[in-house]
Amino acid sequence: MRRADYLIKRVAFAIVTVFVAITLNFFLFRVLPGDAVRNLSRVPRASEEFRHSLEVQFGLDKPVWAQYLIYLRELFHGNMGVSFSDQQPVWNNLREALANTIPMAALGTVIAVAIGIVTGVLSAWRRGKTSDHVSTNLAIAFYSFPTQWLALVVLIYLSEWFPSHGMTDPFLIDPTPWEHLVDVLRHMALPSLVFALTLYGEYTLIVRSAMLETLGEDYVLTARAKGLPQRRIVVRHAFRNALLPTTTLIALSLGYIVAGAILIETVFSWPGIGNAVYQAVTERDYPMLQGAFLVLTVSVVFFNLLADLLYFKLDPRITE
Amino acid sequence: MGMRVDLGEEIADLQGPGPGRGRTWLGRNWLWRVLSQSLQAKIGLAVLLFFVAIAVLAPWIMPYDVHTPVGPPYEPPSWEHPLGLDDGGIDMVSLLIQGGRVSLVVGFAATLVAMVIGGGIGIIAGYFGGRSDSILMRITDYFLVIPDLPLAIIIAAVWGASLSHLIFVIALLLWTTTARIVRAQVKSGRERVYVMRARSLGASDARIIFRHVLPQIGPLLVATVVLTIAVAIFDETALTFLGLGDPTAITWGSIIEFAFLRTAISAGAWWAVIPPGLCVAFVIMGCFWFGRAIEDALNPRLDVSYLSPRTFRVRPLPGTEPETG
Repeated sequence: MRRADYLIKRVAFAIVTVFVAITLNFFLFRVLPGDAVRNLSRVPRASEEFRHSLEVQFGLDKPVWAQYLIYLRELFHGNMGVSFSDQQPVWNNLREALANTIPMAALGTVIAVAIGIVTGVLSAWRRGKTSDHVSTNLAIAFYSFPTQWLALVVLIYLSEWFPSHGMTDPFLIDPTPWEHLVDVLRHMALPSLVFALTLYGEYTLIVRSAMLETLGEDYVLTARAKGLPQRRIVVRHAFRNALLPTTTLIALSLGYIVAGAILIETVFSWPGIGNAVYQAVTERDYPMLQGAFLVLTVSVVFFNLLADLLYFKLDPRITE
Repeated sequence: MGMRVDLGEEIADLQGPGPGRGRTWLGRNWLWRVLSQSLQAKIGLAVLLFFVAIAVLAPWIMPYDVHTPVGPPYEPPSWEHPLGLDDGGIDMVSLLIQGGRVSLVVGFAATLVAMVIGGGIGIIAGYFGGRSDSILMRITDYFLVIPDLPLAIIIAAVWGASLSHLIFVIALLLWTTTARIVRAQVKSGRERVYVMRARSLGASDARIIFRHVLPQIGPLLVATVVLTIAVAIFDETALTFLGLGDPTAITWGSIIEFAFLRTAISAGAWWAVIPPGLCVAFVIMGCFWFGRAIEDALNPRLDVSYLSPRTFRVRPLPGTEPETG
């Protein structure tokens, strides 16, 4: 019963969060000064009738609540509006972009988590020694470097060896699936590397402090008193428990992953959702911007829910 | 807590808030003590003071004007211009000094706004509890999940680009974390025995908050402020890079943005790219070292590790531990 309660709570929270984001999305574009939506009907030197007909066409003559309901209705039918810049449905553009972003961001994140766990565990184990100081301060440094700057630095020094721009080579004619895959992977190398570098520092610090917490627990003292070898204590007793706070914190860092995707894709012109956000900002393409915000929020909420469920699986105490 | 509660409220009081995790009170002159005990804290504060000093003295120490070209575009470093020139032939050292001034002002101002809003709401929610508390927790729950940068982007994009907008947008992202931290501390602080004594002596809520609860959480507030400054400066560079900063202001973020937009990369002008990012990184690292040193002092539990021989000791018994740890 309690397990079901917990699950229902988490799912309900996720749904409400998405709803909050949708509502924010609607009102931000209408309430703030310089109202993006009203501008639609502001045509210079238009006659009063023409302006009015535009307002009717865009539904701006209706009260805000009616507009909100229309917005919700269209959203649930999968209509996010039409992009100003290429007149394509926003959802079609975003779906393609999201499909390009996910493999690149996932590769970078997986590498970052792997490195972060290894360096974090070793750092906590060797606490206070030189190797700990070096690895912790290196992690702080990579945590501090502005993402876009790190991408530019990588671009300066590594673009000789790997492609620096886009996702595929336009001069590759009729590639076999295998050639295509290799081409995409080569293009993926630099953006994923930057992704891993910007994220790993934070993960190292998270894992290190989670490990330090568990290494001070009484069960570690007990394990030590039983004469278990250190490696076994670290892997079986401390690390498994340190995984719990680590999952939560990594889930909370999903926002950084999204931020990283926007900045990194901008520098490398990776045709993903982050680059779509940047293009939408520079072209003031509000429907795209609105849609991208929604898609990004829903993905973060979804992965958060996934992390919650994982946590649920990892920690049986949660139902008590 | 467990068994510690049985040892009497006074001892639980010494142990600090939460289930035996960390404390808030470091004693008087805590800043001095943290600084004298931790090398990291010393280095961090020194780095921060260095950049603040440069920002304050900027008008007197800038070697060249930041609006007049002094040579060809992307001139490599030389004796007159140790970091070369940018795409407009402007001296990089002067640009960095001027940019640091504006970046620090944005970072500090955004933090101030975030602390006033977040701190105020955190105190009200934590101290008075009840409905205001649950509303606050709900709101921050959602804000913690909604990704920061995209939210900032849509607000900044619709609102228009200027320095004051940028400050408020960054503050809007940061207040929720502050509010949660302050709330948790105030909530545990108001339950202390001496706070209850003060209340039974007839002290007003305002007096209890400002004389008893706030000084208690002072060190934690300082750590939060310092770490918030780091995030604010980081966010400034990101938003400016995406074209959402003030187009007329020179900041570290805009120097990186211009290096990207004006092909410093293909010109091989590393001197126009690397220094501004390093400045940002040093300020953030300074904040981080200093803030973490305070947090570490607040959490003596982390001093105990049963694995490393040097720190191998049994956790101090409740109440026997000296106040400074």
